[in-house]
Amino acid sequence: MKSLEDLKRIREQAQAQIRLRTQEANTKIIVGMGTCGIAAGARETLMAILDELAKRNIQDVVVTQTGCVGLCEYEPLVNVVKPGQPKITYMKVTPERARQIIASHIVNDQVINEWVLSTEEGV
Amino acid sequence: MAIVRANVLICAGSACVSSRAYEFKESLLKALEEAGIREEVNVVDTGCVGTCDLGPVAIVYPDGVFYVRLKPEDAKTIVNEHLLKGRIVNRLLYQQAMTKEVFPSLSEIDFVAKQKRIVLRNMGIINPESIEEYIAREGYQALAKALTMDPEEVIDTVKRSGLRGRGGAGFPTGLKWELTRKAKGNPKYVICNGDEGDPGAFMDRSILEGDPHSVIEGMMIAGYAVGASKGFFYVRAEYPLAIKRLEIALEQARNYGLIGENILGTGFSFDIELRRGSGAFVCGEETALIASIEGRRGEPRPRPPYPANKGLWDKPTVINNVETLANIAPIILNGAEWFSSIGTEKSKGTKVFALAGKVNNTGLIEVPFGTSLREIVFEVGGGIPGGKKFKAAQTGGPSGGCIPAEYLDLPLDYESLKQIGAIVGSGGLIIMDEDTCMVDVARFFLEFTQSESCGKCPPCRVGTRKMLDILERIINGEGEEGDIERLIELGNEIKQDSLCGLGQTAPNPVLSTIRFFRDEYEAHIKEKRCPAKSCRALIAYQVIPDKCKGCGICARVCPVGAAQGKPREIHFIDKDLCIKCGDCFAKCPFGAIEKVDILLVKT
Repeated sequence: MKSLEDLKRIREQAQAQIRLRTQEANTKIIVGMGTCGIAAGARETLMAILDELAKRNIQDVVVTQTGCVGLCEYEPLVNVVKPGQPKITYMKVTPERARQIIASHIVNDQVINEWVLSTEEGV
Repeated sequence: MAIVRANVLICAGSACVSSRAYEFKESLLKALEEAGIREEVNVVDTGCVGTCDLGPVAIVYPDGVFYVRLKPEDAKTIVNEHLLKGRIVNRLLYQQAMTKEVFPSLSEIDFVAKQKRIVLRNMGIINPESIEEYIAREGYQALAKALTMDPEEVIDTVKRSGLRGRGGAGFPTGLKWELTRKAKGNPKYVICNGDEGDPGAFMDRSILEGDPHSVIEGMMIAGYAVGASKGFFYVRAEYPLAIKRLEIALEQARNYGLIGENILGTGFSFDIELRRGSGAFVCGEETALIASIEGRRGEPRPRPPYPANKGLWDKPTVINNVETLANIAPIILNGAEWFSSIGTEKSKGTKVFALAGKVNNTGLIEVPFGTSLREIVFEVGGGIPGGKKFKAAQTGGPSGGCIPAEYLDLPLDYESLKQIGAIVGSGGLIIMDEDTCMVDVARFFLEFTQSESCGKCPPCRVGTRKMLDILERIINGEGEEGDIERLIELGNEIKQDSLCGLGQTAPNPVLSTIRFFRDEYEAHIKEKRCPAKSCRALIAYQVIPDKCKGCGICARVCPVGAAQGKPREIHFIDKDLCIKCGDCFAKCPFGAIEKVDILLVKT
């Protein structure tokens, strides 16, 4: 390391490494990962979401999982919670759908209504 | 590249390591492998989270879920439930001791929520063995900033921040730097005093283990400010993990060119060496420490001249404590005003305390100066176990004094503690409840300083021995009229006539317990009675006949056959055989054994 610029560069690279621990997320994406969800392909969906977020360098989104909510036939289920907006639950989210949800809902704030299973106020 | 979707941070401080944190880590890695998600989850060692009593602990991000008292077999559950299905494992969460409330995330638990973490800012977030993660958290940015300032400007910032030495005496750090900068002589040196020796204090060890780069950075800024190009870490060899992490950190910093010649192209050069101390308490005294680094016997010498003028190899030397140096980088980055807005009028910033003794959450805490003992014990510390009454707290270890219950609301800082005969000291904070005998506490600390006295000056060498003899007599029920006065007289003389801080403060625990708990001393001496029922020579165990069910457990646990009786008949304890180990008292399921004053049972 020879200069301040070098230090800055290393810092930026390293920040990606610890982002999960320090970020203050605004938006939450929750993937249903009960046995039913996993059987329906929720793991692939989850990986697609993470991959798409990484590709687009979106940093203020936390991705977590949840268990079975009893709507097994609609799995994989994905919830999107944006601050000040109702919780949107998408159904039968394939990896392709997941990528589109990120493009449309996360980035452009456009809910994709045809895949919405439910909308829940006040969460 | 695999996408990491979760980080599991495992506390790798000494306390968690000794409660098998690494075994948990092994089985976690195995479980991740079996579940096929090894690539998606980053498992990282981190510095002491502070909740040493709850160890081993782990934090799972992004949710920040805090798991406690982990056993290797819990790893599989966490992987299968939390990491695979997103279900938090409730039984492994932290539970508040008094209210039984369960908290999922680290930031919410009472122990952490009430703290203000400046020195401990990276604990539980970064891996202490990774310089990159330290850099990600603004690491070495303060050094970079300082190197663009004039050294005088750096000193001025530290002076205005109000930072005072965290090793015990509370000398203003900026002033110390200024004196060293102005002193004539070359080269100049920086020493980091990591010879932490107070019983019950472990903040310096934890900082070195958990965030070694923060101390290195502080030392380098000190070096730049005073005009030194060489620094020494003096860490006791009893801290192997701290030494290992420090060595790794020094190596990494050297590889990155952050230690060495022409740092960051600014022309400033600085090198650091690590010296191990062999654990003599007196080597925490600065002149003894310097003698030890020079290869001489660790004995203090008279001051002045102070190290600022005549230190290591007679050259101007600034010597700062570990915690003091860990405060430097945030002060340079955030400014003097930010730092001086925290704390009280004359004591700025925060203090790390090692909370121990009769309190529910023992461990490492950092609170602003001015926080009351009540907040520390009952909010951060979660109260006293078993609903017992708070009696006193010992601050400053063997050099300090006790704070009795009537001062629970006193805002803690350098001045307020000094006023009541205690000191902030290095930050050991031992909580005592109604079962603690204050005479015995005084004896414990004096026994420590007496055996650690280097022997150079007679007041300390002989005087502490004499005081200890008197205390032992009192505890054994052989105290005499006038003992208290003798202790006070001896104590004051030792304080006045000793050369260094060890002797000058050794009588403090005795004098301070006499000041606040003189009645306990008197009870021992005049009535041959220990009010806390703790001193063995002054108590006896006996069976309460009404409560005894004759279960025979006392007879079984008694190592000397003193507890006797036939099955299903009332038992008794043979006073002549009893060695007062207290096993029967602890094990009796019916509370049928009591401690009584020995005078009551003597016939």
